Formats: sequence, C-alpha cells, structure tokens
Amino acid sequence: MALTIAKPTSAVFAAGVAALFGAFFGIFVGTASGSTLLGLVGGAVVIFALSWAAATFLREQEKPARWGFVVLFVAGGFLFSGVPGLVLGLIFGTFFGWLTFYVASGRYRTGLPPYSTPRQVLWHFAFRTIAGMILVFLITPILVVMPLSFNAEDFFTFTPEMLSFDPAGYSLKHYRDFFTSSDWQGALWNSVRIAPVATILAVGFGTLAAIGLSQPHVPFRQAIMAILISPMIVPLIISAAGMYFFYSRIGLQGTYLGVVLAHAALGIPFVIITVTATLVGFDRSLTRAAANMGADPITTFFRVQMPLILPGVISGGLFAFITSFDEVVVVLFVGSAGQKTLPWQMFIGLREQISPTILAVATILVIISIALLTTVELLRRRSERLRGMSPS
Amino acid sequence: MSDTTQNGPMLAADGTPLKRSLARALRRQKLRALLLVAPLLIFVLVTFIAPIADMLFRSVENQIVSDTLPSTTEVLADWEHSTGESPPEPVYEALYYDLFLAAEAKEHTKLGTRLNYEYTGVSSLFRSTGRGLDDLGDDYLDALEEVDDRWGDGDFWYTLMSGSGEADEDLMRAHVKRLRQLTGDALPGKVGFAPSTEIVALLPKTTAAYADFAAYTALVDGDVVAEEDPWESVYVGLMTDLQGADVASYSGPEAEALQAAAEAAADIEYIPLKTFFGDEDEDWLNADIWATVQTYSTKYTSGYFLNAVDLQLTPDGIEARPENQRIYIMLFKRTMFMSLAITFSCIALGYPVAWLLANLPASKANLLMILVLLPFWTSLLVRTSAWKVMLQQQGVINDVLVWLGLVADGNRLVMINNQFGTIVAMTHILLPFMILPLYSVMQGIPPSYLRAAKSLGATNWTAFWRVYFPQSVPGIGAGSILVFILAIGYYITPEIVGGTTGTFISNRIAYHISSSLNWGLGAALGAILLAVVLLLYWAYDRIVGIDNVKLG
Repeated sequence: MALTIAKPTSAVFAAGVAALFGAFFGIFVGTASGSTLLGLVGGAVVIFALSWAAATFLREQEKPARWGFVVLFVAGGFLFSGVPGLVLGLIFGTFFGWLTFYVASGRYRTGLPPYSTPRQVLWHFAFRTIAGMILVFLITPILVVMPLSFNAEDFFTFTPEMLSFDPAGYSLKHYRDFFTSSDWQGALWNSVRIAPVATILAVGFGTLAAIGLSQPHVPFRQAIMAILISPMIVPLIISAAGMYFFYSRIGLQGTYLGVVLAHAALGIPFVIITVTATLVGFDRSLTRAAANMGADPITTFFRVQMPLILPGVISGGLFAFITSFDEVVVVLFVGSAGQKTLPWQMFIGLREQISPTILAVATILVIISIALLTTVELLRRRSERLRGMSPS
Repeated sequence: MSDTTQNGPMLAADGTPLKRSLARALRRQKLRALLLVAPLLIFVLVTFIAPIADMLFRSVENQIVSDTLPSTTEVLADWEHSTGESPPEPVYEALYYDLFLAAEAKEHTKLGTRLNYEYTGVSSLFRSTGRGLDDLGDDYLDALEEVDDRWGDGDFWYTLMSGSGEADEDLMRAHVKRLRQLTGDALPGKVGFAPSTEIVALLPKTTAAYADFAAYTALVDGDVVAEEDPWESVYVGLMTDLQGADVASYSGPEAEALQAAAEAAADIEYIPLKTFFGDEDEDWLNADIWATVQTYSTKYTSGYFLNAVDLQLTPDGIEARPENQRIYIMLFKRTMFMSLAITFSCIALGYPVAWLLANLPASKANLLMILVLLPFWTSLLVRTSAWKVMLQQQGVINDVLVWLGLVADGNRLVMINNQFGTIVAMTHILLPFMILPLYSVMQGIPPSYLRAAKSLGATNWTAFWRVYFPQSVPGIGAGSILVFILAIGYYITPEIVGGTTGTFISNRIAYHISSSLNWGLGAALGAILLAVVLLLYWAYDRIVGIDNVKLG
C-alpha cells in the first residue's frame, strides 16, 4: 500500500546520497590500489558529478540514463583492471544508476508513512541495511563454498586466476575426485543405505504415535511427549556416548543395524512434531463421517485421514532423512569403519587431511538441501490449503 | 418413554447403565491411544532412554576392583590406612591368587588402568607384576618334583584334589561365579571337578587356587581339568598350606605323596608373599597405593563425579585436586561463557532480522525467509567447513583484508582454532534457531500498537522499548533457551574450528570415551551436562511448551 506519493527530490540531494556511497566504496577501491584518501575523495566526486548530471539533465529518461551508468562503469572498470574490473563495474554501474533515480524520483519514501521525518527515513534504511548485512552473513559461507569448489588448485581461497575469471582457474577436478575416490563413494553409498531405512522406521512408528497422541484422552500425555521429544533435546555427544556404551553391551556397536536404530531414534522427534502439528488442524468429524458411512477403521485411516495428513508425514520424513543424512556424532561412536557415512568422511577430511574435495561434496549437499527445502515448503503450502478446505 | 426408565439410571441402547457404558467407551479409547503410542515408546525406551540410563549407571559403577580382586578387597577392609604401614601378610596372600587368576584371564591390566586414574603408576605396577607371578610357583614345583616327580602331573593333582568322600560343590560354584564376574561372560558348561570337603579343610589355599584353575580350564579354555597341568599358583598355595597343616592324619588318595611333600617342605625355603611382592616392586609396600585400592573397592563410587568437578576421593575424604590438574571447572565455565556469548550474539543478530521479516509484506518475507531457512537446512558439516575455509589464515576473509590493505600480509589475523572462531561459526549455525521463534512471536504482535504509542506522543525508542519489546520477550526467551541448549552440547564445530582454547566440555567427553578410555569420567561429565540441559528443557517446557516447538 503506497500511502505516500513519490515526490521528486532535488538533484543535489540525490547526488549527495549517491556520493556518500561512492565515498564508501571508493575507500575500498582506493585502499586496494594504494591510497585510501584518494579513493574516498575520488569516489565521492566522481559519483556526485555523474549522479548530479543524470538527475539534472536526464530526469525524464530514466532507462537510458541507467544504461548509461552501466556502460560508463563497465568501460571504466575494464580500462582500470581488466575482466575483474568489468564485473565490478557492472555491479557498481547498476547500483549507482538505480540509487540515483531511486532517490531523485522520491520513490524511496513510498513504503513509509507520509509524516515520517527525515531521521525516521534514514533510520528505516539504516535498519534495513543492517538486517540485510545479517542476512548476507547467514548466506555467505554457502556462497563462498560453491565457487571455491570449482577451484583448479588445491587451495581454499580464491586464486588470482579465479578472480580474473580466467577459465584456467576453474576446473571440475574436485568433483571428479569425489566421483572416482573409493573412500567418498563408499561413504556416499553408506549414507544412502542408512538414511532411508532410518527414515522409514522413524516415520512408521512416529506417525502411529502422533495419531495416538492426538486422541482426546491420552493418559500421561505430557510425560510420553517429553520422552519422545528428548532425542532432539539431549546433546548429541551424550546420546552418542550412551549409545556407544549400551550398544556395545548388546552387540549392536559397529553394526549397520545399530546405526540405523540410533538414527531412527534421533529422527523421531521431528516426525512427532510435524505430524502432531498437522493433526491439530485435522477435523475429526471427517473420520466419524467415514465411519458413519460404513468404512472400517483401516479404510478410514488410509482413505480419509492419511491423504489429509500426508504432507505433514512427508515433511516429517524429510526432517528425519536430513537428520540421519547429516548426522555425524552418533555414527562416529556407534558405527565402525564399515558404516562410514558422508558426514563422517567430511569430518575426517576437515580434521586430518584437509582436501578441497570437501568443498565439492559440500556444494552437492547444499543442492540436495535446497531440493529438500523446496519440497518441504511446497508440502507446507499444500497442507495449509488442504486444511483450509476442511471446516474448522 | 416409560416410567421405569425415568426413575432408574439412564440406560444405553444395549441396556447397560449409560454411565458405565460411557466409562467403558472412554477406557477403550484410552487403550487404543496407548496401543498406538506403545510401539514407538518402547522403541525410544530401548534405543535411546536405555543408553542414557546406561551412561548414568557407568558414571557411578566401580565393580571392576571388587570383581578383579574379590578376596583382597575383603581382607583389606580390616586394614587401617592411617597408620601409614603396609598391610599384613594375608592381604598379599589374597592378592597373589586374585592377581594370578586375573593375569590368566588378562583382566589385571584393565584394573591397573582403572586404578591409574586415581593413582599414577599403578598401571605399570600391575602389568609388570602380572608377568612375574609364575616364577615363585615354578621354583616350588622344581623343589617338589625332586621329592616326587608326579607333582607336575595334571592327573595326579586331579586325584589328590578330588579326594574321597563328600565333594564341596558350594566352593566350586563360588569360584565359577567369581570367574563369571571377572570375565563378564556367561560361561556356560560344567567344570567336571569338585574338591572333597576333607581336602578343602586340610589345604584351603591349595584347593582355592586349584578350583580357580579348574574353573578357568574347563569353562574358558574348554579343556578337561584332569589332563592339564595345574597353575603355578597351586604350588604356592600348597607350600603356604604345608607351613602349618597337619597332613599326617590324612588318609585320602595320594596321602603318602602329600606326607612326603610335607616332610620335604621344611627344607624348601618358603618366601612369604609380602616379601615376594616387595621384591617384585617395592611400590607394593607403599601404603598409599593400598589406601587407594581400599578407597575404590566399593561397588559404586562417587569418585568419577568428584573428578568431574576437580575434586578427588582420597582415603581421608574428599579433597581438591592439585592446582595443575584442575581443568573441568574451567571447562564448564568456558562452555557456559561461550554458550552465553553465542546466545547473546544470536539475539543481537536475530532480533533485527526477525523484526524485518515480521514487518514486511508476506511475499517479500517469504523470499527473505529462504535466506534464513537455507542455512538451517544445509548440512552442519558444510557450514562448519565453510567457516574453516573462510576463517583460516590463508582463507577468504584474511585474503580480502590483505587485499584491502587493512591487514599486513605478514601478520594475518588468527581467527580460527580459538574462541573467536568457535563463537562466529556457532552463532552462524544457531542463528536460524533464534530467528524462527522470534519471528513467530513477532508476527503475532499487531503493528497498530506501535502506531498507537507513537500517536500518543511516544518517541520511536519509547514506543519500541515500552510497547513492542515487552511483547517480543517470549520469543527471545524461547529462542535463547533453544540456542543455549543446542550450544552447550555442541561437539563437531568446536572440534573443527575450536583448536585448544575454543573447545567445549563435550569435546572432553568425546576424548575420554574414544581416546583416554576413561569411560566412567566421560559418563560423569556427560551426566552433569545432561542435568544442565534437562533443567533448561524443563524451563523451556514451562515457558514455551514442548507442543509449540515449530520447525521451518
């Protein structure tokens, strides 16, 4: 809702704001090429001049003017330092072009109440910048890992070749390593063998229990719930230590079955939580209606209840799957060399012979996570839609 | 409706009183709910709760001392350690036979390792003495064989020990039971030997040593007792018995050989076992070692827990550990401090983001939510390795700083393998756990409250601090407890980016379980950590409610 009508501001104001950013980025460019002060002043002056010119003479031709910014910066960057400069120029050109007109046209105020004081406007944007930086902090590690995994060298940092976008600086050799090394392939195979079975166990038992727990009269509900959720709360190292002691007593330590059982136990809380959450919105009169029409309890469950809670069951299963697939502490203790999973192999790689193959694996895992996240998100929407259908 | 039904109790369709019928239906419903829950409950109890209980049990369990040295600890109970003198001869006698059996079963080094946690040097003492135990018996055997060369025969011994008349099955059973406790195995099968009560009364130490030998030979090795030559400890037993036994009146099988040996025994030099142990290693005469054995001879001990809080159980009561061995209180404090630092960093970073997400239009908020959820869904090891890559001295952050000229190439910042690295990486990893509860609480705060406060004349700050913030406190509470609980038990990230100064108590637990093998101490540390976490869990349950935990 745009309560505030955009009111164009003066060219000097727009150019001033842009110049502040220009000075800020100028510091970095300046420092990197020798003189901080020169960068600061140069950045401010150049940006001020450009923005002022654009806001004064090209105010009505926003699109061509912004393109002008991009072309100018790209050309400048390329002359200044070749291909990397070109990319930086593209970013800066787009940014300053947008900034100049965003301020000059007064659009920046449209999201704010009309009575906001300049200070409130400033605070509003400062706050967004801070929050934006935190969001960048959240995502940076993942963004750094992905490009680094294409490094042609065995380094964990960007080589000069990579920064100058030289194709020789990039390669798929770490991915090749991953797909050809027997250690990594064995680990992948183990993960693939363990996680689905643990998930099936967790989902099977968990769904039944969640249905039981959502009945109206369950004795000791609180206590049972506390026990079932506890694997999520108890620190993993304690679970791992206890399982190591107990499973070696009963001969499960170092076996495939032991790891599967341990992982299933760890995944159960997630299934319980998601399925009970789905069942909260479940309309019990539907099962009663089905029973009324002559369906036996099993038919009712599979034909009426199950389709409605399925999204919750699947997302609980995905949680359980990712728990097992990512788990390293418990498998480290309960498993033996024969159950070495992908995270375990990564852990060894990080602790002992740190090899960039880890980054390739990490990238693959990130992509898997993105796929799972998307699935869960879609399921959640579907579940909400289904619940919206039933009268509440 | 007829009059009768109106006067009597209300009836259900099948004629039973409605009240009873309802109660039955309710009971059936409860039972069905419990039946649905039961499989999972049993599963979790077996695969998860039982291991935790086992760990708690191990933190106080101390049966290894009394299982390995049962007679010694029994005799030692009467000894007064405060005199500062070494224990009397009977203790060393008991020790010889206990240790001999333990050495045959290769259990004595385990006990040495266990006692070494309490008194440094005991481990090597047990190991070296365990090797020398045979020599004494061999010397006696050589002397006895000069009298009658059948003394080295298994068959001869079997006849002598079986004797005649009533067999002492109880004694044999006691020795088998003791062997089971020592090895920890069920050891099924029959020994096929029992000494006669007569010979037990005449040669108590010999029969005891022979019974140990018989039990071990039959049950562990699976051999026939009569075909095997007895252990050296049996000769030591015989010589000890012959010092005072009156064998002249004995009339059982091989009585003549026994009497001949008794006569010859007067000429064989008998070495008291205290002297023997003193010669093996003079530490055996050290009263402090015996005091330690005595202190830890109980079946359950608080020793591990005391160790876990930098105290120790000494013969004179509980004492503080020497200054240079106190590490656990420091580690607990560090774990607490770093978890708090991580929690506060998460509040500081999570609050603005949650606010932003809660106050943006849903479409934009959902888009930004992906930025929060993506790291949440990304493998922990991926994130930890990313931080390792970024923070190391040749890593991305240092490279950028050097490129910008903010840091000289020569003195790159040390950001990894210390507390800073752990705090940064863990703040990043746990931040989504703070943002998600905060977001869900903030979503429920109507934005009109803030506007109302402002229209009543409050400044921005007052409106936020007096109106908005108090309403978001439940979110901070929920998020903080969640982050703190998760942080306090973290293992992987501190292990990889923490170095030596940035590690947590959990790293120490892992060390004790996989490297130092001091399982009791690891379990005790774990139990303390578990208690802290459960306390917080309880608080979380009270404040937020377990049912309200939301994911994604």
